[in-house]
Amino acid sequence: MTETLSTNQSHPPAEAPILEVRDLTVTFPNHKGDVKAVRGVDYEVMPGEFLGIVGESGSGKSVSSMAVMGLLPSNARIDGSIKYRGRSLLDMDDHEMSKLRGSEIAMVFQDPLSALTPVYTIGEQISEGLLLHDATMSKEAAHERAIELLRIVGIPGPERRVRAYPHEFSGGMRQRAMIAIAIANDPDLIIADEPTTALDVTIQAQILDVLQKAREITGAAIVLITHDLGVVAGHADRIAVMYAGRLVETGPVEQVFARPQMPYTTGLLRSVPNLATAGTQRLVPLEGKPPSLSNMVPGCPFAPRCPIAIDTCREVEPELIGHGTPGVAAACHRADEIASGELTAGSIFPRPEPVQKRVKNGDADRVLEVTGLQKHFPLLKGAVFKRQIGTVRAVDGIDLEIREGQTLGLVGESGCGKSTTIGEVLEMVAPQKGKIVINGVDVSELSKRDRLAMRKDVQVVFQDPMAAIDPRLPVGEVIAEPLTVHKVPARKRNDTVAEMLELVGLDANMADRYPHEFSGGQRQRIGIARALVTNPKLLVLDEPVSALDVSVQAGVINLLEDLRDSLGLSYLFVAHDLAVVRQIADHVAVMYLGRIVEFGASEDLYDNPQHPYTRALMSAIPVPDPAVEKSRERVLLSGDLPSPTDEITGCSFRTRCPLFALLPETDQDRCARDDPQPRRAESNLVACHFSERIHELEHSS
Amino acid sequence: MGKYVLRRFVNYFILAFIATVTAYITSSAFMDPAARYRGQNPPLSESSIKSILDGHGTNPDVPILERTWTWLTKIFLHGDFSTTVHNNPVFQEIMTRASVSLKLLLIGSILGAILGVVLGVWGAVKQYKASDQTVTYASYLIIATPTFVIGVILMIIATGFNRLIGTSLIRFSGEYTADIPPGFFPWFTDQLSHMLLPTLALVLMGAATYSRYQRSVMLDVLASDFIRTARSKGRTRKTALVKHGVRVALIPMSTYFAYAFGTLVAGSAMLEVVFSWHGMGEFTINSILQSDINAAAGSVLFIAVLTLISSTLSEVLYAALDPRVRI
Amino acid sequence: MATEIPISTTADTDVVTPRSKPTSRLTLIWRRLRSTPRFWVGGIMLGFFVLFAVFGNTINIYSPTDQDIYALNEAPNAQHWFGTNTIGQDIYAQTVAGLQKSLLIGIIAGPSASLLAAIIGSTAGYFGGRIEVVIVWFINLLLVLPAFFILVLLAPMLRQLSWMAIVVFLALFGWMIMAQVVRNQTKAIKDRDFVKAARYMGVSTPRILSRHIIPNVASILIVDATLGVVSAILTETSLSYFNLGIQKPDVSIGTLLAEGSGAAVTRPWLFVFPAGVLVLMLFAISLMADALRDAIDPTSGANRD
Repeated sequence: MTETLSTNQSHPPAEAPILEVRDLTVTFPNHKGDVKAVRGVDYEVMPGEFLGIVGESGSGKSVSSMAVMGLLPSNARIDGSIKYRGRSLLDMDDHEMSKLRGSEIAMVFQDPLSALTPVYTIGEQISEGLLLHDATMSKEAAHERAIELLRIVGIPGPERRVRAYPHEFSGGMRQRAMIAIAIANDPDLIIADEPTTALDVTIQAQILDVLQKAREITGAAIVLITHDLGVVAGHADRIAVMYAGRLVETGPVEQVFARPQMPYTTGLLRSVPNLATAGTQRLVPLEGKPPSLSNMVPGCPFAPRCPIAIDTCREVEPELIGHGTPGVAAACHRADEIASGELTAGSIFPRPEPVQKRVKNGDADRVLEVTGLQKHFPLLKGAVFKRQIGTVRAVDGIDLEIREGQTLGLVGESGCGKSTTIGEVLEMVAPQKGKIVINGVDVSELSKRDRLAMRKDVQVVFQDPMAAIDPRLPVGEVIAEPLTVHKVPARKRNDTVAEMLELVGLDANMADRYPHEFSGGQRQRIGIARALVTNPKLLVLDEPVSALDVSVQAGVINLLEDLRDSLGLSYLFVAHDLAVVRQIADHVAVMYLGRIVEFGASEDLYDNPQHPYTRALMSAIPVPDPAVEKSRERVLLSGDLPSPTDEITGCSFRTRCPLFALLPETDQDRCARDDPQPRRAESNLVACHFSERIHELEHSS
Repeated sequence: MGKYVLRRFVNYFILAFIATVTAYITSSAFMDPAARYRGQNPPLSESSIKSILDGHGTNPDVPILERTWTWLTKIFLHGDFSTTVHNNPVFQEIMTRASVSLKLLLIGSILGAILGVVLGVWGAVKQYKASDQTVTYASYLIIATPTFVIGVILMIIATGFNRLIGTSLIRFSGEYTADIPPGFFPWFTDQLSHMLLPTLALVLMGAATYSRYQRSVMLDVLASDFIRTARSKGRTRKTALVKHGVRVALIPMSTYFAYAFGTLVAGSAMLEVVFSWHGMGEFTINSILQSDINAAAGSVLFIAVLTLISSTLSEVLYAALDPRVRI
Repeated sequence: MATEIPISTTADTDVVTPRSKPTSRLTLIWRRLRSTPRFWVGGIMLGFFVLFAVFGNTINIYSPTDQDIYALNEAPNAQHWFGTNTIGQDIYAQTVAGLQKSLLIGIIAGPSASLLAAIIGSTAGYFGGRIEVVIVWFINLLLVLPAFFILVLLAPMLRQLSWMAIVVFLALFGWMIMAQVVRNQTKAIKDRDFVKAARYMGVSTPRILSRHIIPNVASILIVDATLGVVSAILTETSLSYFNLGIQKPDVSIGTLLAEGSGAAVTRPWLFVFPAGVLVLMLFAISLMADALRDAIDPTSGANRD
C-alpha cells in the first residue's frame, strides 16, 4: 500500500482553524509544590488537518489534549484559552461540554482494554454514543448503525461481533471498536492519545490505516499524540514536539524531520534505531531525563541535556518563534545558527565510535543450545467454573543456539512464546519436551547445587526496571543480591558493587541511593549491573529497552553492545522491535505461535527476508523519515494473532499470510495440509513452503 | 456446565457433612447433657436420667463414635435428626423456626445491601466532602457497636417514642402479637410493628459494612479509563458514573456478599434473642446453654446449608454481573 | 572482572536528582498518615481510652469488687461517677476493669489471627499445587462452620479454662478470610519481575518469602491486625453477653453489658457507660485502621474524576 497525500487535498485547509489553543497552562496542586504539567502551549488545528504531537512521558502531551476534551480531574487548574470553532471550551460546564464531546470532538484512548466498559457489549457502547446525541434515533437504528460502523473499521462479521463483549475482542479489534465509537457521530476533530502504543507493530500498522480511513470518511481533523516519531512521519501533515510542558518545535513533518531546529528534536531523531541504518553504525545517545515539573529552574528546560547549551540557555527560557523557515517554529536560543546550517545535527550530537571492531568467531563454544523445546499449557476458562477448553502451544518445538560472545535476537509479536521460551531457559529444569544445554551441560541432569552454581553463568535483565528492582532496597543491595546467594563476603560485595556501577556508567558512590532517585535509563543500568555482578557468560535480555523513553534507549543499547564486546558476553536478546534487534544481534530468530519461522544471520535476514511473516513485520515498523514512509511499499498483515484455541492445520501462519492469498488453489491446499518444516532458503532457515515466491508480494501491492 | 455444578454440589455436601459431624462430636465431647436433670425437684434417679439420655441418644456412657454412628444412621436411613431435650424432633423444630429467622435475615440483608451500595457509591462520588465524612464516621460507629447493643439502643429509643405518642406503635418483644383481630390488614401492621426494630438493626449493620466496601470499590472504578471513554462519548460525569461506574462496581460486591453473610447470620441470631423471637438463633444459643447435643448439631447443619446456599448465590450473581466469567 | 573498560556512552550521572535523604516507605506512610484527620481523631481517642483503661482505677477509691451497701442502684454522682448496680458495685471501676480485659483480649487475639493468616496464606499462595488445594479446602470448611458458632459450641469448655482460652480461640477462628486475601496477593506478587529475578538469581525460597513477599503483603496485614482487634473485642463482648465468654470473677465489657441491658431503660447508667466506652474505643481503632489503609495504599483512594 502506498501512502500519498491525496487525502489532504480533498479537505483543503479553510481559513479559520477548527481548534485554537492559546497560552494553555495546566497545574496540578500538590503539597510538595504544584506540578506544572502544561506551561503555556499555543497551537491550532485546521479543518481536516493531521497534527502529530510528539513527546516523551511527562511532557504534557496527554494532559493538554485532555484539557481540550474537558476531561481533566477537577483539581487541575487550567488557564489560557481553548477555542473550538470560536467557542471557548474552558467557559463551558460539564453539561455543555458533553453535548460537544462525542458529536463534534471525539477521542481515541491508549489502552483499549481498560477504555471499554467490560460489562456492556461492543454494540451497546457504540449505540450509546449515537443515542446520546440523537434523541430521535431508535434503538434498532442505532444497532444497525453500530454494525455499519464496525464494518467500516474493518471488523469481520460485524453482525455477530456487535453482540460481543470487550474481553472477547483482541487488542487490535478493541481499538478498532474505539475508533468506531469516535467516528459514530461524524466528528470534526478526533484526538487520538497514543492509540497504538499498547499494540503490536503489525496491528499498529492496521490501526493507523483505519485512522486514516476514518479521516477520509468523516473529513475530521486528527490530533495524534504519540512518543513514536515513526508514526508521525508516516501519517501527520504537521508535527508539534513537546518537552517539559511546552511546545519546543512545530512545523510541517517534511521540514522538521529533515532539518530540525531544536536540539531536542535533533537528539530524538538521531537516537531512534532506524531499520535502514541499524547495525551499521552506532546509536546517538540522548542522555538524562526531563526536568521535574514541580520545581522548575529558570532557563531552557532542555539545557541540562543539551550539548550546545550556552549561558543564556540556563537563564532565559526561549520563546517558540520562527527562525527563517516558513511554517516552522522552534524554542531555542541557537535555532538561528542551526537553521542557517552553522550547527549541523552531526556536530550537536556526534555519533560515538565503537570501542573495537568485533571479530565474529563462528567456531566459538556454544553457550546455549536449545533443541526441540516445547511448553504447552492447559487453557482454562471461566473464573467460577473452571474447565479446560484447549491447549496453548506456547512453545512448540524450537531450536536455538548462541555461541560465546554473540547475540541472538528473538523477535515476535506478543503471544508468540518469546517470554515462555526465556522462562524455560532461566528455570533450568527439564522442559516438557526437548533439551536445554547451557555451557555444554544438560540442565535436566543438574543437581540442586550445580543448578545454583550455574545460575551465576546465566543472568537476566527485565523489561521494566521499576518492576524488576525492589524499590525498598538501596541500589547497592539490589546489585549485591546475587552475590549474597553465592555467599560472597560483605567487603568483597561492596567492592564489586562499586566496580559494577562504574562499569554501567554510574557513579560508584551512588550505591546507597534508592531506586526512585534514578531515571528510567539509569534504573535499567542498575538492572544490568545486577546481572553482571556474578560475572556471567550469558545474559538473557527480556525487552530491555522497550519500557524506556525513546531518548534514553540508545544509551542503554550502546552500553549493552560495549559490555558484550569488552567482556565477551553472549546475549539472548528478546524484543518486538526489529530495529533495536538489528542494532545489536548477530543472528535473529523470528517467532510466530510458538515456532521459529525464520532464522538467519542478521544481515541476511534483514536484507533479504524469506518468510512472509518476517517481511510483514519489517514492513510494519514505521520509519522516522516522512520521505521514506510516504513512498515505501508495505506488506500489511490482515487480522489478529489467532486465538490459541484455534486448531490450524498445516502452516499456522496461513490465516494471516499475505502470500497465501496470492497462491493458486493447489498451492494453498499444500499450506493448509502440510506443516512447513524449517528449510534452507537463500542463507536463512525458513519454515514456508513457498518462500521462493516471496517477491510476488512486492508486485501485488 | 452441569458436570461442574454437580461437582460443586458434591463438594458442598461433603463440607456440610463434615461441619455437622464435627459439631456433633465436639458437642458430645464437651457438653454434659445429664446436668440439667440432676438439679430437678423431685430428684431423678441416676438410672432414669440415663434412660432419658438414651432416648435422645446422648448417654455419655456410650462411646462418642458409636453415638455418632447411631445418630448418622438415623438421619440417613430414616431422615430423623433425633430429638431436642424437650422431646421435639430436631428437624421439625428447625423447620418451624427457620421461617422466623429467614424472614429477618432475608429482608434485613437485602435492604442492608441495597442501602450499603447506595451509600458507598454516594460516599465515593463525594469523596472527602462533608456528606462522605458523615457516612464514613456513622458507619464506623455502627461497625464498632456490638449487634445486641444496637438492638438495646433501638429498644430504648422505641420506648421513648411509644411514650411520646402514647401508644405502643413499635413493638419489640416477640415476633407477633398473640391476640390480634383477624384479617390481613391487622396482621400486616402487626408484622410491621414487630419487625421494624430487628430489621432496622440488621439493615444498619449490613449497610455500614457494605458501604465501606462499596465505597472503596467505587473509588477504584472512578479512576477507570472507561468512565473517561463514556464521558468522551458525550455523557456527563454524573450519568457516566451511574450508567458505567456503578454497574461495574457491583461486580466485586457479589463476592463480598458471601464473606459478609456469616457475620449477618451471627448478628441476626443475637437480635432474635434480644427481641425474643423464637427463631434459629435462639434455638442455637439455647441448645448450647441447655447442653442439647442434637439441637446444636442440627443448628450447625442449618447454618452450613445457609452459608453454602449464600456462596452459591454469590457465585451465580457474580457470573450474572460479569460477562467475563460466563462460560 | 576488569575495571579498565572504556565505556563510550556518556553516563547521565549529572542529572540525578539532588541528593535527598532516601525516603523510606515508613516515612512516606507516616507523612500521609499525618495529613489524615481520621488518624488524629482515632489516635487521640484511642490514646485516651488506653490511658483510661490503665490508670482509670488509680484515681478511683472503689475497686471493681467493692460493694457500697449505702449506695445501691444509685445514678451517677460525685461518689460513684458512673453510678452503682443493685449490689452497690461501682460501675466506673467495673467499666475500667472490663475495658482492660477487653483491650488485652483484642490486642492479643487480633494480631495473632493476622499472623496465622500471613503464614498460612503466603504458604498456600507461594507453593501452590496440592498444598494450596488442601489449605483452601480447610479454609472453606472453617468458613462453613462460622467462627462465632464454633466459639459458642466450645464455650462450655472455655468456661472451665481461663480467659486466655478465649483469646486463643478467637485467634484460631479469625484468620480465614484474611488468609484468602494474603494467598491471592502472594500469587500476584509471585509472578512479578522482582520475585522472578530473585528466583533466577538462585535466591532461596525462605529468603524470597521473607525479603520479597511478606514485606509486600505486610501493609494489608497491618490494617487487618488493627481491624482484627476490633472484631476480636466485638466477638468476645457478644459471647460474654450470652454468658458464654468471660466468666466471673473476671469482668469484661460484655459481662457488664449482659448485667446492665435488662435495666437499660430504667437505670440507663448500667448500660450506657460501659457500652459508650466500648463503642467509642472500637470506633477510634477503626478510624485508625482506615487512615492506615489509605496511607499504605494511596491508590485506593485516588479519585481522578
